[in-house]
Amino acid sequence: MNAPTKTPNASGWKPGTPVEGDNAMGGPDTATGNRALMLEEPLLFEIGHSETTGVDFDFAAKLDLAGVEQPSPPTPAPAGRLGDFERSEPIGLVGLTEPETVRHYTRLSRQNYAIDLGLFPLGSCTMKHNPRLNEKVARMPGFADVHPLQPVDTVRGALEVINELAFWLIHLTGMHGVAMSPKAGAHGELCGILCIRAALEARGDARKVILVPESAHGTNPATAAFAGYEIEDIPANSDGRVDLDALKSRLGPDVAGVMITNPSTLGLFERDLKAISDAVHEAGGFVYCDGANFNAIVGKVRPGDLGVDAMHINLHKTFSTPHGGGGPGSGPVVFSEALSPFAPLPYTSRTKDGVVHLVEEEDADSFSKEHFGGRMRHFGRMTAFHGQMGMFTRALSYILSHGADGLRQVAEDAVLNANYILRSLEDVLDAPFAHSGPCMHEALFSDKGFADGLSTLDLAKGLIDEGYHPMTMYFPLVVHGAMLVEPTETESKAALDQFILALRSVAERAKAGDETLKTAPFYAPRRRLDETQAARKPVLAYKDQSAPAGTPVPSEVGAR
Amino acid sequence: MARYFTEEHEWIDVEGDSATVGITDYAQNQLGDIVFVELPEVGSVIDKGKDAAVVESVKAASDVYAPISGEVMESNEALEEDPALVNTSPEETGWFFKMTIGDKSELEGLMDAKAYKSFCDSL
Repeated sequence: MNAPTKTPNASGWKPGTPVEGDNAMGGPDTATGNRALMLEEPLLFEIGHSETTGVDFDFAAKLDLAGVEQPSPPTPAPAGRLGDFERSEPIGLVGLTEPETVRHYTRLSRQNYAIDLGLFPLGSCTMKHNPRLNEKVARMPGFADVHPLQPVDTVRGALEVINELAFWLIHLTGMHGVAMSPKAGAHGELCGILCIRAALEARGDARKVILVPESAHGTNPATAAFAGYEIEDIPANSDGRVDLDALKSRLGPDVAGVMITNPSTLGLFERDLKAISDAVHEAGGFVYCDGANFNAIVGKVRPGDLGVDAMHINLHKTFSTPHGGGGPGSGPVVFSEALSPFAPLPYTSRTKDGVVHLVEEEDADSFSKEHFGGRMRHFGRMTAFHGQMGMFTRALSYILSHGADGLRQVAEDAVLNANYILRSLEDVLDAPFAHSGPCMHEALFSDKGFADGLSTLDLAKGLIDEGYHPMTMYFPLVVHGAMLVEPTETESKAALDQFILALRSVAERAKAGDETLKTAPFYAPRRRLDETQAARKPVLAYKDQSAPAGTPVPSEVGAR
Repeated sequence: MARYFTEEHEWIDVEGDSATVGITDYAQNQLGDIVFVELPEVGSVIDKGKDAAVVESVKAASDVYAPISGEVMESNEALEEDPALVNTSPEETGWFFKMTIGDKSELEGLMDAKAYKSFCDSL
């Protein structure tokens, strides 16, 4: 595979941050510390103080905006109705004007990296492109202004959206039912595992063990443990896939189910999933599929055809709703026919007369008797209300605007882009599973071949200087110094080529033992931060000083 | 005193009827800077090969497994204040916990220093 030959930065543009010291750009120091459009930004507490206010309440503060002292209040403050709960000490929050506040956050945002600024190799785990059409729809007053406690007759349109999205999620996954209320991936996992527990207990066969591969998302074993199960590892084969024979030999009357991510966190399709499902079902267990990576197969593969019993769908991954700080997650769970009767309340259902009903505790039994010919055995409720409505409108917009062919192309392009990355880099970076064939939506590399003393972290910091947010690092745990790159479907070949150029360059430096990588980044608003200290002694509240006092421990004085 | 090692990179010092357990220098090196150690409660009973403690580094959280079965007699409280001890002195002051020896025969499958060294070299 030939490396891209395009020259980077042909125009010779230079970023304006100092390389070292105050004056490294060659020009004179500035009085403010700012460098033209590169603005230094203090903390809110350093900008304002608690004696001022940006809001014109009567006597809220002693000084007005111009700093003129205000007369005393003409009447005493109303007698406290809070009794002992009344605040006895000042809260200490700074008072800022609206423009001061807006500028503060806008300035900070300029020091950040974002999906709207460039390729984000963390991929959909953190954010993929959020089509603006979704945002337009979500902001329509009929959707944006509804409240979950409004009378049902006033929110028929919202119920239609939930039901329509539910229909498409079932259709796209080839499943039988869906719970729309879980609020994110891990919440969806819990919903699915509780459903499995309810189904097993209903047949008087409560089991003890859930099997989870070592490459699983950490939330998988955490979920199973939280639901009261013991966790056992499933070994992997040399291709990074679940070892079918080892799994089969472990199955037995104590195994409640398996949790398998497909495509896996290694960016690989579990080719044996159907055989795994058949074996698990034969042993009386259930198959939970972590659907976090459904974006790689949407429109191509229906998990229902692979024997999956429950799978959460991260609307904020596959269906492009904002997250990673930009919005809440949403994790609807689709169910097989065997598990559907145990799904949580509430749910929506369209009856023959065309009306979409919201089914909650009060009428769940009568509704299912009338329309499904029997009582369902809902395990309970995951949330107070009906789910992340704002994400439902966005996800449905995404599904309907793409259509069946568009969604298929989402998966195809995501996989094509990842394979382009994989094959463009495998000659400089070790790709542990590249021999097993194409990857799915993620390309996985290890730190094998780096010079002594240089690590994945150093490469990642070098990538910051190249103008990219680093990829997922040190996950999955089964690969040494893992680097997991998910370019997503929206990147053009030109964008991928530039990223590949940057990553090839830092990879070559890591292999050649370029010591400057150890102190990268050089051009970010801040140089390398002490992540160890941030984890050991986190400063979580402003306390007038920049670091906690105390006797330094060996790691702080550099004993290592 | 005899020191044994596990394939999961724990060491165990046996002295009479009790033993001290920690993670090896190889393990701390792989984990990177340790930021948090969760130790077993004194009096808890741990089973050979099962989770006994958790060690968290800047990269990841990992389980520490009990090399043998027994009861936890003491845990190293110094690690709570300064988890970096696991990096600076993994096989001495950075020990994790002391335990009783439930079944001496469980020590038989463990490696000595020489075997552990060649095990690490093979990784």
